[in-house]
Amino acid sequence: MIAPGTQVRVRDDWPETRGPCHIRTPHYVRGEIGTVLRHLGDYPNPEDLAFGRPAQRLPLYHVQFKRYGLWDGGRADDDILIEIFGPWLETSS
Amino acid sequence: MNIAELDSDALLIALRRVLAAKGIASEEEITERIAITDAASPAGGARMVAKAWMDEDYRELMLTDGARAAETLGIPMRGMPPLGVLENTTEVHHLVVCTLCSCYPRAVLGYPPFWFKSVSYRARAVRDPRGVLLEWGTDLPEQVTLRVVDSTADYRWMVLPMRPDGTEGWSEERLASIIREGDMIGVTVPQAG
Amino acid sequence: MERDVPRAMHDLGGVPRYMCDAIDAEPHELTAFDREVDAIRQLLGMKQVMSVDELRRGVEALSEEDYLRMTYYQRWLRSITATLLAKNVVTAAELQAALEATP
Repeated sequence: MIAPGTQVRVRDDWPETRGPCHIRTPHYVRGEIGTVLRHLGDYPNPEDLAFGRPAQRLPLYHVQFKRYGLWDGGRADDDILIEIFGPWLETSS
Repeated sequence: MNIAELDSDALLIALRRVLAAKGIASEEEITERIAITDAASPAGGARMVAKAWMDEDYRELMLTDGARAAETLGIPMRGMPPLGVLENTTEVHHLVVCTLCSCYPRAVLGYPPFWFKSVSYRARAVRDPRGVLLEWGTDLPEQVTLRVVDSTADYRWMVLPMRPDGTEGWSEERLASIIREGDMIGVTVPQAG
Repeated sequence: MERDVPRAMHDLGGVPRYMCDAIDAEPHELTAFDREVDAIRQLLGMKQVMSVDELRRGVEALSEEDYLRMTYYQRWLRSITATLLAKNVVTAAELQAALEATP
């Protein structure tokens, strides 16, 4: 479990390049650094549900990103919250 | 058979016929489901917001457990995804989008509106949110942080907007009458007049 | 910091080519077609024939041209049909027969 306040990096991974897949981690946030706000509960992995496969329950986190880092421009204090599943988050800094 | 090239109306009629014959979806079940779905509307979410403006305990409940707060007003939540409620303040304004598809708090707002499902809203809301708000005539003060919430997974999100000035002494019912769906997604803010 | 990434076509957040497109905020009434497709999807979910995740994957499997050409519920209908065929809930022969019986 990742504690609230922990800095995380979204895996810079592109399963789209490896064949059919279903991913709930938006492209624009891959490889970006964010902060875990809270654990939203555990839910079956949509990447398996989408193919009718048995799905493991995974922790889902609300993660905050500064919009400034995602795109040039914008305002430094505006931000984005995204729901991201645990396996997409790296905690070692 | 190339499904994409089939006429949509003909395909729906054919699929309905096959599913009825298999006992998967009968005419009656479809009619019943449509009636249940049509019953959900922004009026449900508006009642929640108005109550939260009047009742501090209810506001607390809404922010900690949106689904239970909806249920206490008789809004059916069984089988629905968890409902998260995002509170707007003088410091933070929330804007909800689903960039991947069109996840929407249907239990409390009804069917998603056309714009919420549109390519331009989904693309722009995360990158140019202040520009998006301006298209609705919502000019957010400079000092307010704009927090975009991309609804990517199992939660559904609604905004608890700020009560507008000029509504002092109003009844809960009258307050509910001014709250629009856009106020609960964050493209607009409630207006007293 | 615009990176050239292998984004899927439905993964629309921040995509530059749509940044100048105005948003059509006018109300669009749902049609009977839209409501029926929506209801069928719900029934398939409730009866555990097909999940919402499978629906999404089927929509994402459309070509970009079809995705942008079709209405929201036209996409759903294609995804539902493709998924039910792939899972053998419905066979191509059954669907073909029903299509031919449709006036």
